[in-house]
Amino acid sequence: MMVENKNNPTRRHFLRDSLWGACLAGLGGIAGFLGRKSKGTNTVWQIDPELCVACGNCATYCVLEESAVKCVHAYAECGYCKICFGFFGPEPFDIDEAAENQLCPTGAIKRSFVEDPYYEYTIDEKLCNGCGKCVKGCNTFGNGSLFLQVRHDRCLNCNECSIAVACPSGAHKRVPANKPYLLKRVDHA
Amino acid sequence: MIRFGHIIFGVAFLLSLCTAVSASERFPPPEFESGYEQPSPTTPHPRQDIYEYIDAAVLLAGLSLSSYLVLRNRSRRAIFILMVFSLLYFGFWRKGCVCPIGAIQNIVLSVFDRDYVVPIVVGVFFVLPLVFTLFFGRVFCAGVCPLGAMQDLVLLRPVPVPRWAESGLRLFAYVYLGAAVLFAATGSAFVICRYDPFVSFFRLSGNLNVLILGACFLVVGVFIGRPYCRFVCPYGVILRQMSRLSKWRVTIAPDECVQCRLCEDSCPFGAIKEPTTDWPVHEYDRSKKRLAFLILLLPVLMLLGGWMGSGVRMVTARMHETVRLAERVYLEDEGKVEGTTDASLAFRATGKEVKELYEEASNIRAEFGLGGWFFGGFVGLVIGLKLIGLSVRRQRKDYEADRASCVACGRCFEYCPKEHARLKKAKEMIGKS
Repeated sequence: MMVENKNNPTRRHFLRDSLWGACLAGLGGIAGFLGRKSKGTNTVWQIDPELCVACGNCATYCVLEESAVKCVHAYAECGYCKICFGFFGPEPFDIDEAAENQLCPTGAIKRSFVEDPYYEYTIDEKLCNGCGKCVKGCNTFGNGSLFLQVRHDRCLNCNECSIAVACPSGAHKRVPANKPYLLKRVDHA
Repeated sequence: MIRFGHIIFGVAFLLSLCTAVSASERFPPPEFESGYEQPSPTTPHPRQDIYEYIDAAVLLAGLSLSSYLVLRNRSRRAIFILMVFSLLYFGFWRKGCVCPIGAIQNIVLSVFDRDYVVPIVVGVFFVLPLVFTLFFGRVFCAGVCPLGAMQDLVLLRPVPVPRWAESGLRLFAYVYLGAAVLFAATGSAFVICRYDPFVSFFRLSGNLNVLILGACFLVVGVFIGRPYCRFVCPYGVILRQMSRLSKWRVTIAPDECVQCRLCEDSCPFGAIKEPTTDWPVHEYDRSKKRLAFLILLLPVLMLLGGWMGSGVRMVTARMHETVRLAERVYLEDEGKVEGTTDASLAFRATGKEVKELYEEASNIRAEFGLGGWFFGGFVGLVIGLKLIGLSVRRQRKDYEADRASCVACGRCFEYCPKEHARLKKAKEMIGKS
């Protein structure tokens, strides 16, 4: 049994004070270590289109009701095909914009005539749910100009991204915040 | 009429013949003659860094204000208002991210992974509350933590928890901290974020299971004060230990305790310790022997814990996706399971050697083996120290707020008659001037 005596510095007081100092020094050490380490910019989540397999997890695993991942169209890569495999479902009844012919479950892709035989495809982000069905179609049979990206006006930048946990191919990763998009390169011959 | 599906198959067949051709060459981009201008995709920016610095500034201001309110102002009402503000700002406005509890994992991962970058704000969120705790006690828990605020708000019918249950349940928080550090250090998962029970409330959306977990915590929290803070919070574990050393601390009476016992039942978190009675002499000898035994038991518990923690590495390593993938690929290759998963398909598409994957997985298992020693040793140490702590008796003359358990909520202040006397005096002073 030890009785604390406030007037005399006891062994216990000394021990406590040195522990206190050690803790403060330790925190200072951590702060210094972090200060040295975090010179770079902050990071945000993004999908590497080269690794993405368009599995559909982005649409369902995001903590947001409506996923932060949306389809992005790199127009420079697009072939402006009349029959787009990202737009038309397998075995459509007709080659027109009727809903039953479309691959997109929410009708988020708009198809508009440019000039014979080219059609422009634009994504209506408000409707897109990031399921990646069109991405799969475009990657398999087309130029791969449709791909999924985290939209940073929506993303909450969670510490552990639920989509990254569910991503089967390791495509969902952190990138520097000053280069927040991994857009597909244009590499025409 | 040719069916569209036939066209697809035809095209696919042709494409499979010329797989060497890169994907971007399939359909050359057209040259438009009608003056069509090609749009470019939009790239909305992430939140500016400046907002994160504002968060850090609000944290600093909140901690300072909380310290003042707890130690000088001694007003439960003011602490409550600060708490509600923190819940609205850090919780519902900032959606619960960044928080110091989750920041533990970022710090740990940055130590073990050279390439991992910790944003400076995350570092500030981790360090600041700890520094304040070293000086003023757990003022972060009192008025700044949105998770604590959420639970404090629903605490309507507090029921005391027996001491033994409190001590036993608290061990879970230590195990949770150890596990979170282990999984963060190996780069497997951020379990604290994954099982944060209240973040889905802040966002008003999220994983259903976690939402249910959060609802359970809130329902329990109506009767048992701050169940997450007391029995689960891994950051609370660190705060507890630092709070033991704090320079200043919450005192129930503003000056001297008169031992009126009025505050005895005021604390819903069981953090008020009553004065001790004298120790019977015959028991003193027995406890001395018991203490010696427990001190000798400590290294045994640590070794046992380490051995067990390391022994379950095959299971714990499955938290890492590479290990999961390697096991799946192995089962597929051996023909023990049918079909493929998205992950195994994606792996095979990369053309990486299976051997390489297995090697990576066994390296990670080895890391978990080593980490398991530390994790289990830590759990053993905590249990051993708890046992030692139970058999050491401290002398207390007054009713005191337990340094470690007190979350500085300020509920006990108004129970103290000396506090009423102080307030009255203060009022008179104001009246006179």
